[in-house]
Amino acid sequence: MSEGEEVKASVGPAVARERRVRADGVELCVAELGDPQQPTVLLVHGYPDSKEVWSEVAAHLAERFHVVLYDVRGHGGSTAPRPLRGGFTLEKLTDDFLAVVDAVSPDRPVHLVGHDWGSVQGWEFVTVERTEGRIASFTSMSGPSLDHLGHWIKRRTKFPTPRRLGQLLNQGVRSWYIYALHTPGLPEFAWRGPLGKRWPGIVQRAEKLSPSGGYPSRSLPEDAAHGVWLYRDNVRPRLAEPRDDAYAHAPVQLITPLGDAFLSERLYDELEQWAPRLIRRTLPAKHWIPRTRPHQLAAWITEFVTSTDGGRPAPTAATGKYADRFGGQLVLVTGAAGGIGRATAFAFAEAGARVIAVDRDAEGAARTAELSRLIGAPEAWAETVDVSDEQAMEKLSEKVAAEYGVVDVLVNNAGIGLSGSFLETTPEDWRKVLDANLWGVIHGCRLFGRQMAERGQGGHIVNTASAAAYLPSRTLPAYSTSKAAVLMLSECLRAELAGKGIGVSAICPGIVNTNITSTARFTGVDAAEEKRRQRNAARLYGLRNYPPEKVADAILRAVVRNQAVVPVTPEARGGHLMSRFTPRALRAFARLEPRL
Amino acid sequence: MSSVTGERAADLRGFREVQTLAYECAEAVAAQLKPGVTEREAARMQRRWLRERGVRDWFHLPFAWFGDRTAFVNFRIPLQFFPTDRRLEPGMPFILDMAPVHKGYTADIGYSGCLGPSPLYDKLMADLEAHRELILREVRERRSLREIYEDVDRLMVRQGYANRHRAYPFGVIAHKVDRVKERRWSPHVFGFGTQALKGLAADALHGHRDGWSPLWSPYRFSDHPPQPGLWAVEPHLGFRGTGAKFEEILVVTDSRDPEESAFWLDDDLPHVRRWAEEKCR
Repeated sequence: MSEGEEVKASVGPAVARERRVRADGVELCVAELGDPQQPTVLLVHGYPDSKEVWSEVAAHLAERFHVVLYDVRGHGGSTAPRPLRGGFTLEKLTDDFLAVVDAVSPDRPVHLVGHDWGSVQGWEFVTVERTEGRIASFTSMSGPSLDHLGHWIKRRTKFPTPRRLGQLLNQGVRSWYIYALHTPGLPEFAWRGPLGKRWPGIVQRAEKLSPSGGYPSRSLPEDAAHGVWLYRDNVRPRLAEPRDDAYAHAPVQLITPLGDAFLSERLYDELEQWAPRLIRRTLPAKHWIPRTRPHQLAAWITEFVTSTDGGRPAPTAATGKYADRFGGQLVLVTGAAGGIGRATAFAFAEAGARVIAVDRDAEGAARTAELSRLIGAPEAWAETVDVSDEQAMEKLSEKVAAEYGVVDVLVNNAGIGLSGSFLETTPEDWRKVLDANLWGVIHGCRLFGRQMAERGQGGHIVNTASAAAYLPSRTLPAYSTSKAAVLMLSECLRAELAGKGIGVSAICPGIVNTNITSTARFTGVDAAEEKRRQRNAARLYGLRNYPPEKVADAILRAVVRNQAVVPVTPEARGGHLMSRFTPRALRAFARLEPRL
Repeated sequence: MSSVTGERAADLRGFREVQTLAYECAEAVAAQLKPGVTEREAARMQRRWLRERGVRDWFHLPFAWFGDRTAFVNFRIPLQFFPTDRRLEPGMPFILDMAPVHKGYTADIGYSGCLGPSPLYDKLMADLEAHRELILREVRERRSLREIYEDVDRLMVRQGYANRHRAYPFGVIAHKVDRVKERRWSPHVFGFGTQALKGLAADALHGHRDGWSPLWSPYRFSDHPPQPGLWAVEPHLGFRGTGAKFEEILVVTDSRDPEESAFWLDDDLPHVRRWAEEKCR
């Protein structure tokens, strides 16, 4: 094997050093970015792609690592084997991999990252004996090991249960294209003809990609026609006789996009058995995550590579219930100095998210950030801001964007209570409650929602509304009005941002044991009476004793499932049903005047 | 008068000795805890250690809680307080709680620890100090016990923690302890010594007549100024599956001098030493 001359070429925005590596009958096109002294991250593309699929991820990673990409044989700038049949077996692909590793990182193991067929290959590399010691870690996305898949199918056909047969059928339907690719001649014809021409448009529409230069590359029809042999040379033999010793010899990070049309999540159910050092991540996205979620991938790869480099054991992931989903994500919670906001910040911290605790109570926010760091947040910050202050919120959004990054999950939770009849509510009271409860949410959505939308890589906004948003009453006119506005704002925003992959949820907690009662304002009564009512309300809420932690759980669940409106406590859920089916009864209740 | 003070001093010395003995036991047992030990074994170790040193009766038998049981996660019925077969693992917090009676004097102590370093546990322990100060200050101010309870509650919420002494029977943060007659046979029911329970019941009866209660709870029956006597105070913090507490005796007297009116029986205890060491560092 010999190395060709170095040339400069561009992979996306960054300038890469390109060279050619010869391996067993083919010449591979290898591109390098970043400082070669740093740990090497090797990115392997899938089908029908070329290394350009990684352009954005590679550019991010190049800031920290020595990034290497190569075109798989028969793709992009690499030459195809002659004859094609039998030239794409996993054994030969492993030869290519070793040739590239010898060339770019002869004395240090590399961190391998694979997408789609790159990941299928990666599983082969990381489970065969001859690569032992050459791979420091493996990040797999959207590509299972064919051997594991073979065992997965065997287990389900040998010991069928209704559920297992369902899983089998589900994956069988998703794999339609694999059967099609086994048809002789036709796929090549389609790729070189009409399909090849239309493909960029199809991917862009399906994945909601903005047309960007360089992807899919111009060599696509030829790449796709050659790559058909990846399937024909490997799928049938491996599924018929899967290897029994396909155990990973390096730590593995599995990134599963939940909206993948081609692969069922269930494929990875038994993966711990094959890869004991496994970390799971999930993303609400479709198949082409290197294009649609480059920031998130770069962040997870960076974290995984940093923690496993130098043969350190795989890091222990956060222990929270949704750690696979929120690990490393940036979460901003307003009203985080107590109650639901603080519990939400803690729940995200337990899931391994980076937390920004915002509150006008500086001490409380600092406390939330401090404890968040102790229970799993890799980083947590406190920011003292009054959400109703437009300028302060703008300053906050600029600071967050500059210092911490774009927020992945925004929780607009800050709010104040106000009780008292409408006729006794002064314009000043109205202004206060609308400023905090409604304008606070508007500012949050406006500023951080815009950043999310501009980044174009999804996100989620949670607004804390209230059961009072749909339960009329004569005691909470101003509060209910502000929360009803938040509820409607959330629904409208959800419609607007759906196309950008940003979810919006409105949470309607109900009666929850928090501090809101002791800070709430009661209009039309003197100070002593107000104090008394605050105490009594606090006592009642204490007796109800619904913990804010459960609301926090509901918030995380709402983000994971992208729910629109979430009433939390039983009374909130009952009220929600009544507001739909028996609104007249609710109106009758609204006339009652409760004694506090 | 002087004979009364003398008698009281001797009494306090007796209580202090048994409290010291109990904390010694806690430290000795904690030092022997290693991964794999169960709560039952830890409770048995405490019992044996104290029996070897002359303890024959109990206010309550030793408890041991490991892992998230230190924060009483999902505790619904009092039987869940009793030691289980939960095994200790590295990084797990634990609490040992025992109330031996020795030479007629009662102690009731709680000792928190953690198997291996845990920044979260350290934080909880450090934050307990404010509660010890708050309780003493407000008792000296002769605030009502219920108010003090609520202030402790508020401080916990501000700190970001949950009040876990609420899970104890009657939700008590403290209860009175007293001298117990030494009998040759002293049975216990549901882990509590009958002699001690008898004393508590007698107090409850007297208190009911005079408008006070030997149980320091968030309820109306605790809406009275601190009653002179010895109170075993046990604020218990919980935070997402980690709990920490201390328990020790607070002496309340009817003296007019604030310093004399209430004081901790002993300041030479593991948690107090821990805070002092942290301040030196």
